[in-house]
Amino acid sequence: MLGLIIGFPLLGFLVNGIWYLVFQSSPSAKKANSVVTGLISTLAISVSLAISLWLFYKFSLVSESSRVIEQKIFSWIQFSGLQVDFILRLDALSLIFCLVISGVGALIHLYSIGYMAHDKTPGKFFAYLNLFCFAMLILVLGGSLPVLFLGWEGVGLCSYLLIGYWYEDYEKAIAGKKAFVVNRIGDFGFLLGMFLIFTSFGTLDFEFLRLSVIQGNAPNLPHLIESGTVTAICLLLFLGCTGKSAQIPLYVWLPDAMAGPTPVSALIHAATMVTSGIYLVARMNFLFLLSPTAMQIVAVTGGLTAVFAGTIAVAQTDIKKILAYSTVSQLGYMFLGCGVGAFSAGVFHVVTHAFFKALLFLGAGSVIHGMHEEQNILKMGNLRKHMPKTYLVFLVAWLAICGIPPFSGFFSKDEILWKTFSSHGGSIWLWVLGVLGAILTAFYMTRLFVLTFLGDYRGSNDNKIHDSPSVMIVPLQILAVFSLLGGLIGIPHFSWIEHWLLPVIPHHEIEDLSSHSLEWILMGVSVLVAVVGIVFIFRFYRNLNRANELKQKFSRLYEIIQHKWFIDEIYEFLLVKPIHAFSKNLWLEMDVGIVDRLMVGFGKFSQWSGQGLRVLHTGVVQIYLVFVLLGAFLALGYLIYGMV
Amino acid sequence: MAWFNSHLLTNVVFSPLLWAGLGFLIPVSKQYEAGFLKFWTLVGTIITFIFSVVLYIQFDPNVFEFQFIEFVPWIAELGISYHFGIDGISLWLILLTTFLSPIVILSSFSAIGHRLREYYFLLLVLESAMLGAFVSLDLFLFYVFWEVMLVPMYFLIGIWGGKERIYAALKFFLFTVVGSLLMLVAIFYLAYLHKIQFGVYSASILDLYRVRTLANGIFSPQALLFLAFALAFAVKVPMFPLHTWLPDAHVQAPTAGSVILAGVLLKMGGYGFIRFAFPLFPEAVRIFQVAFLILGTTAVLYGAWVSMVQPDIKKLVAYSSVSHMGFVIIGLFSLNSISVTGSIYQMLNHGISTGGLFLLVGILYERRHTREIKDFGGITRVMPLFSVAFMITALSSIALPGTNGFIGEFLILLGTWKEHPMLAGVSALCVIFGAIYMLWAFQRMMFGPIKNKENETLKDLNFREIVVIVPIIICIFFMGIFPNFFFNKMNASVQKFLSQAGESSTIVYRSIPPQEVKRARQ
Repeated sequence: MLGLIIGFPLLGFLVNGIWYLVFQSSPSAKKANSVVTGLISTLAISVSLAISLWLFYKFSLVSESSRVIEQKIFSWIQFSGLQVDFILRLDALSLIFCLVISGVGALIHLYSIGYMAHDKTPGKFFAYLNLFCFAMLILVLGGSLPVLFLGWEGVGLCSYLLIGYWYEDYEKAIAGKKAFVVNRIGDFGFLLGMFLIFTSFGTLDFEFLRLSVIQGNAPNLPHLIESGTVTAICLLLFLGCTGKSAQIPLYVWLPDAMAGPTPVSALIHAATMVTSGIYLVARMNFLFLLSPTAMQIVAVTGGLTAVFAGTIAVAQTDIKKILAYSTVSQLGYMFLGCGVGAFSAGVFHVVTHAFFKALLFLGAGSVIHGMHEEQNILKMGNLRKHMPKTYLVFLVAWLAICGIPPFSGFFSKDEILWKTFSSHGGSIWLWVLGVLGAILTAFYMTRLFVLTFLGDYRGSNDNKIHDSPSVMIVPLQILAVFSLLGGLIGIPHFSWIEHWLLPVIPHHEIEDLSSHSLEWILMGVSVLVAVVGIVFIFRFYRNLNRANELKQKFSRLYEIIQHKWFIDEIYEFLLVKPIHAFSKNLWLEMDVGIVDRLMVGFGKFSQWSGQGLRVLHTGVVQIYLVFVLLGAFLALGYLIYGMV
Repeated sequence: MAWFNSHLLTNVVFSPLLWAGLGFLIPVSKQYEAGFLKFWTLVGTIITFIFSVVLYIQFDPNVFEFQFIEFVPWIAELGISYHFGIDGISLWLILLTTFLSPIVILSSFSAIGHRLREYYFLLLVLESAMLGAFVSLDLFLFYVFWEVMLVPMYFLIGIWGGKERIYAALKFFLFTVVGSLLMLVAIFYLAYLHKIQFGVYSASILDLYRVRTLANGIFSPQALLFLAFALAFAVKVPMFPLHTWLPDAHVQAPTAGSVILAGVLLKMGGYGFIRFAFPLFPEAVRIFQVAFLILGTTAVLYGAWVSMVQPDIKKLVAYSSVSHMGFVIIGLFSLNSISVTGSIYQMLNHGISTGGLFLLVGILYERRHTREIKDFGGITRVMPLFSVAFMITALSSIALPGTNGFIGEFLILLGTWKEHPMLAGVSALCVIFGAIYMLWAFQRMMFGPIKNKENETLKDLNFREIVVIVPIIICIFFMGIFPNFFFNKMNASVQKFLSQAGESSTIVYRSIPPQEVKRARQ
């Protein structure tokens, strides 16, 4: 069963990929139609969705403890000393991710049929998309760290291929490579974390690892905790998460990743792949809980990222860039939740975020599509009139991400904020970071919304603007329904999702520092903050002159923010350039200049000394051989009589 | 047939040579000579490959000792004999050799235009010599094959190579010969020691494994003997800082030469360590273990860094070899079952993926007669199939999970981490730098708009080139997904190797049966 979940996207990839390579790849081939190939891959991922739904139904029938399915596909690495099987394991946590991946994935596949209608190589696109789903499903279903890593690198590869999908634009190709390399920095940490787990616990299987930790039958567990090994493991794994889930300091690849086609941004760089870091932390929650230091670092990193990325988003003008920084910020929220011990709140936000952020991206895609590849929000405006359907769904997504009740984003964000405030690992400072993030979210999202859909049209020619075809609109409407209602799975105190995740993420005692009334008050604060932010920005951006005045007033700050705090430039200066210069010197000065010269020098020396011994160069081979033998025997003689 | 079966190794080793000899005797008119030579050689290497598959089928994975033993006294007074035999390690290196040979021949069809007869003759001689070195259990015999191997390679580079071919060929030859002369002395000395300790001369390693030598410090006999062997093998691997012949040789060699050089000849170094240096001198290995580990780690990073700034794609691949082979050294010297298995696997991987990269670079070179990265750009649009093949091979080279490269690097790093976490951690940085140099080069060559007019009209892979590259790609995935296919026949030999060379630590992999997990959950 589990094999089929990953099997169908693989099949779709193979069918589309081989079809593309054989018939479509040559430059002279007839232009392909996106419908057939798109339907094949949509069908493939829909089957995965159907199976996931069916398993969900099966799971809901049985008791909590038996909600696990395990399937060994084949034995991967096995010899004396190591055994890594290709095991897929479905439990409550991975099932939620499976549903999100295949559900949102199927909608985005469908949407892409319309979006990629004018593309030259849809076969390649849909093949990559299916390959991505395949890898992502392996990531969440993998029963051990190496199998997870297979998916982890697989989604990274697909991300690389899809960011650079329009490879003839060199900038896009560069963005793809940047994503891959930055992710690899994280993978370096992941690998080392994996090694450290292996040498500390002697296993790489999640279930066995969990049992060893929980039942305490891991050899010398107290020692591992005390010596900081567990903290080191968690931090190394978290380094991997900062790469894949775009947190400080490795978030820099995600905004550039917007070079890819918009459905890709929605699927990979918003809804699924970037949440795999949260998945990993939630999966390893039993280990993270053993290390308060690591938890603290996760929470602080998340909180800081949430605010930092939010500040950058307020001054961007590219619609996709704003959404990208917003994603970084929201991912920070999820880590903030995980870091204070509220793993299920983090996962809850993954789910709601997948709905509304996919909707935002696809809505933005619809706008870009209708505006004929225009991405600058300053050149938009009054699209409400031209694209009423897109406007409506975008409205839902906007309210959801701003955290207005009863939209889904409100519930998950509020849950994280409350846990940040009340739980043992949380603190008021982290809560303040969270609220600041919420204000910034309301700020940049409202700015985006107003500039795009309201006010006057600021572009050149509004005749050609059109709303998108229904193959694109229907997925949006479905997502809008989920963005509206998705929060219901996590109503405070009646949270279905928290209950559902119990077998994987057990309740550890979160101390209720305060009463229910405080909870209500804080909830009110977060809503109020969002509403005030929205109203404020609304008034500001209805009239652009006022916004421009403000911009003039704080021009220096604006400049810095618009240039993303110059982080890319700083990295370039501190890392990229020095490494390149170092390598160049290593090659020219060290390798060619010293090592090679030294080695060749030995030869030169013997040649030079040979000049003096020229008398012996008689040209008679036999005499040479005699010398060779003599030399050999001399050396031999030394060995025999010199040492024995 | 009975003779064939009882002399299987002789048949495998000498069939290319025999085939080459027969080819010379058959008179063919000038008109058909080229076509005849190509197909004659191709058929010959395919037959050899089939022979080696028979070897694979008949190989018993549960036997710890050498198999298919053939023994005929040669120079009996000095204990030198014609002694063949293989274990699960040499088995795979033989298959690698016989697998790459037909591919190399097929790839040369259009690349080589002059002196065809000599060219194909030398390639077949080279194949025999390499196979001979992998099956020899007699040190002297091994030495003979080892030196014979140099001659055809020397001429391949010197005659069919690039502009600086003479310099490169000479450098290659001198480095290797100088490196191996001390080994010859050490071989004599070992035979003599055997005489002292057991009364007769012997050069057979099965006898020499029993020879005891003193190992107390870096100037003790065993340490010196080890160094004499290690120098020969380290030049071949090549280990930092003895690697400088490699970039020159690779860049100047014709495609076939580069593939054989990277694919098989470099493996000779690693194989030499496994078969001879480690089991013969286990105590000396301990003395130099840390030094070699550090040199290996240096090579891993050094190779990656220097690759990054190469303007010449072939040189880039050559330096990446230094990095990859550094991993092999680390794995071997970490001496536990995981790292050693990883090292052996990495040798096979490197043969496949670096061989594949050289083939692809060669295909491009044939079309454009340049290897400068900056002369390309945007090639994907005109050569999509080539681009896919190149991408897959590059990914295998940077060890993406699912490809062969991952299994090798993962096992080596995991095993090494157990013994020397710091060194493993530093080597693992190659995960980052490997991606940088490979993808950067790929991007500059394959992506972006086509800037150079000459690239507009490049033809995509033709049928012959597809046939050349598809087996490599199949291997890349097969070895990445089903490494057990290889480990099955390797495991016993690795265990035996570790028992001879001395294991650093045994690894206890804890796993519990699923029933117990279920019980624990309830």
